[in-house]
Amino acid sequence: MDKRAQEGLRVIELYLNIILLVFVAATGIAAVWLRNLLASAMVLGIYSLLMAALWVVLDAVDVAFTEAAVGAGVTTVLMLLAIALTGRHEKRRRARPWLPLATSLGTAGLLIYATLGMPIFGDANAPAQLHVAPYYLLQGEAETGVPNIVTSVLAAYRGFDTLGEVTVIFTAGMGVLVLLTGATRRRRNTAAPTEEDSA
Amino acid sequence: MSDFLVLRVIAKLLIPFILLFGFYVQMHGDYGPGGGFQAGVIIAAAFILYAIVFDVNTARRMAPMAVLVSLACLGVLLYAGVGVANLLYGGRFLEYGAFAHDPAHGNHIGILIIEIGVGIAVAAVMMIIFFSFARRR
Repeated sequence: MDKRAQEGLRVIELYLNIILLVFVAATGIAAVWLRNLLASAMVLGIYSLLMAALWVVLDAVDVAFTEAAVGAGVTTVLMLLAIALTGRHEKRRRARPWLPLATSLGTAGLLIYATLGMPIFGDANAPAQLHVAPYYLLQGEAETGVPNIVTSVLAAYRGFDTLGEVTVIFTAGMGVLVLLTGATRRRRNTAAPTEEDSA
Repeated sequence: MSDFLVLRVIAKLLIPFILLFGFYVQMHGDYGPGGGFQAGVIIAAAFILYAIVFDVNTARRMAPMAVLVSLACLGVLLYAGVGVANLLYGGRFLEYGAFAHDPAHGNHIGILIIEIGVGIAVAAVMMIIFFSFARRR
């Protein structure tokens, strides 16, 4: 590929990033703004899908995959189920949330200020690129026999962390199971028996 | 939900391909993007799609809670078991290289097995969470 074509690709990528980030910000604000929780859950699903597209543009396809499957898929379904159990309209609150607003704006300002100290976007000499990443990129396939570096890092070099993550997911599932089905059983024992599992 | 003909037909057409794609992602996580975590979520999504479009109770009969809980435990134990097996083969905990004479080969085997453990655990837990929520309606 000649130099001009590469330059053109970079410009296209830049515009894609800007457009996606604008939409991400818009959906984020819309999710907070909307009073209808059903619409809010849908907008959050779109938000996750846009984030997945952004990860693809940034060449992080594994993260994009997870974001699309978990963020846009399963999380949306779980939120819809939670809304079906509770109610689809947010309660209107009288009090003006000045303190929370000031706290979040202050934190956002500090975070944006902190980005000024970060290395330039995509900098090859950033500390994150110089620590163990070169070793994984050079030796990963030879040592693990797995061409996908992400998999070799997750499953082999960071295998202990991943075992911890799986344990966390397992614990979360058991917690939900005990909390939700335990509560149903208790209510059934105290109240008169109602119709079984009409869901 | 069962009144929507288009949804029913499309879901019925898609579910086998979703499952197949889930298994593909599971087994090809070492060559392409993906792995046990994504595959587990995709396989769980196929069951959840069926439960939403057709009938929660049929889906629950296909994947009974007792089986799901056993599968979730099996997935985590498979992962940890690989670590223990490495100890027995003379390596350290989760040092898959101990599985074969060539460490790279042993690593590949270990990664495939623990990815299957992750996939089983994640798929089971996602369905456990979904069915626990859906039960209460």
